[in-house]
Amino acid sequence: MMRSLPIILCAGLCSGAFAQESPNLGVPADPEEVAAWDIDIGPDGAGLPPGAGTALEGEAVYAIQCLTCHGPEGNGQLNDVLVGGHGSLTNPAPVKTIGSFWPYATTIFDYIRRSMPYLTPRTLSDDEIYALTAYLLYLNGIIAEDEAMDAQTLPAVVMPNRDNFILAYP
Amino acid sequence: MQGAFMANRKSASGRNPRNPEQVAGNGLLHRRLFLTRGAAALGAGSLGLLTAARAQELSPWMRIPGAPMTGHGSRARYEDHIQRLTTSAPGTDGSGGSRTPLEALEGMITPSGLHFERHHSGVPDIDPDAHRLLIHGLVDRALFFDMDMLSRYPMVSRIQFIECSGNSRLTGLAPEPVSGTCGELHGLVSCSEWTGVPLSILLDEAGLDPSAHWILAEGADAAAMTRSVPLAKAMDDALLAIYQNGERLRPENGYPVRLFLPGYEGNMSVKWLRRIKVTAAPMMTREETSKYTDLLPDGRSLMFTFPMDVKSVITSPSPGLELAGPGLYQISGMAWSGLGRVARVEVSADGGASWAEAALSAPVLDKAVTRFRMAWRWNGAPAVIMSRAVDETGAVQPTRDAIIAAKGVNFAYHYNGIQAWRVDANGQVANIHV
Repeated sequence: MMRSLPIILCAGLCSGAFAQESPNLGVPADPEEVAAWDIDIGPDGAGLPPGAGTALEGEAVYAIQCLTCHGPEGNGQLNDVLVGGHGSLTNPAPVKTIGSFWPYATTIFDYIRRSMPYLTPRTLSDDEIYALTAYLLYLNGIIAEDEAMDAQTLPAVVMPNRDNFILAYP
Repeated sequence: MQGAFMANRKSASGRNPRNPEQVAGNGLLHRRLFLTRGAAALGAGSLGLLTAARAQELSPWMRIPGAPMTGHGSRARYEDHIQRLTTSAPGTDGSGGSRTPLEALEGMITPSGLHFERHHSGVPDIDPDAHRLLIHGLVDRALFFDMDMLSRYPMVSRIQFIECSGNSRLTGLAPEPVSGTCGELHGLVSCSEWTGVPLSILLDEAGLDPSAHWILAEGADAAAMTRSVPLAKAMDDALLAIYQNGERLRPENGYPVRLFLPGYEGNMSVKWLRRIKVTAAPMMTREETSKYTDLLPDGRSLMFTFPMDVKSVITSPSPGLELAGPGLYQISGMAWSGLGRVARVEVSADGGASWAEAALSAPVLDKAVTRFRMAWRWNGAPAVIMSRAVDETGAVQPTRDAIIAAKGVNFAYHYNGIQAWRVDANGQVANIHV
């Protein structure tokens, strides 16, 4: 037993600048609770829920939920421009949109689901979010108007700017 | 703030100050001048207000008892005009930011009520008794914590800055210098004492899987904002901050608990923290892909540029503060680096032709704002004043030209160029590019 003491001390002192003994008060969370809290979508599509939607369906949702702030067909209003800007990233005034800049299509679903619409977040159905995602990809010329987005097709979409990011970390 | 930022005062002794030692061009003086003689020796001159005050026999506040004690104090009513400058996205009043009025403050600590803000869907009104933090993902056991539990964990306190990585781009990357106060141009940086629980303790308690390399942090605001953070940072010096400057966090700074990542771009220190998911890889959220990536001239973008580089700015004199006339002044400013301590700050009063080392006000702390000061005898002629910080890693604050030559004008984040202020013959101060 005595031989293991130095190892324990090192684990306590070396695992981080502030490693200290824990009072161990955390309450275990069961998988159902975690699932209810975890709404993240990974770039590989991990976390995407069942459901599907097309651009045709998304256009109707957009008109009701998004158009006021983001303008017809994803631009023309004061809030973030969602469409266009292709080939503009080397211009004096680049236009960074979903189509011209975003590297992952899954991020569209993740962001709409957690944050949008601005005044009523977390109110859209998964089908509506798939449809909106499809509509924004269609407006940017990345998928066809009748192409359904779902847990399989969305992560397979290759965004035009995907390979133009340089990792500064690690 | 209008009017004289530092009026000359007549020497209390009536003696003329000795000729101080000049250390760089256009009137920069050795820091001993202020350190050894104090304000009483600032030089000759008089002020109308002082004369008026002398004429009164007894001030009104000396004729009646003052106000009673209060349960929670507030600043002098004469200071109520010192406010954060807020700007928000069109159609919203809570998505945007507010800037610290740096030109009105001194020392290294930002008053909590003037700490800059950056929100994505307003400030949530969180009941601390109902707030929960979930740690899950690549851990042996997913765990919930409430605020009572967190308050029983060992805490540490550290004085450190936080800076939005979009700070200063408004002027630095504009073709022409933008008119504005120091706070309007650079006020997305603040410094506080943060007290909280090292995140490493809670991650150790949950038990890390060997495949874990990142965490995702999520806020409890209506935007449920998320950022991916390297696990190495989370285990190194990340805090779950609960106190700011001795009191519980202000709502706009993450009440009841926020992530605090020393030296990293502010957006990653997720406020109103409700969830940490341990992952193998970054989640590529909107905030780390479409935002907070640095677009280069060739159309490619840098991703995961986390530390805020060495930087400084002169807060006084600065635009909106005017010099009352030729004479002795103290140049005061702030310097900081996300890579460590500030090693030195150099000041120029001749547009960069010559530099002298400023006095650093103790304590000089790791990843904290450091106050620097420099004595300057202004001769009344137009002058350009600027500061340049160097940190303990040897990193030198670059010129605006050097940054633009290296990264263009569209990178939008992590601008840390040298700021120059032009003082004209009337004592007015303006933002210029040099």
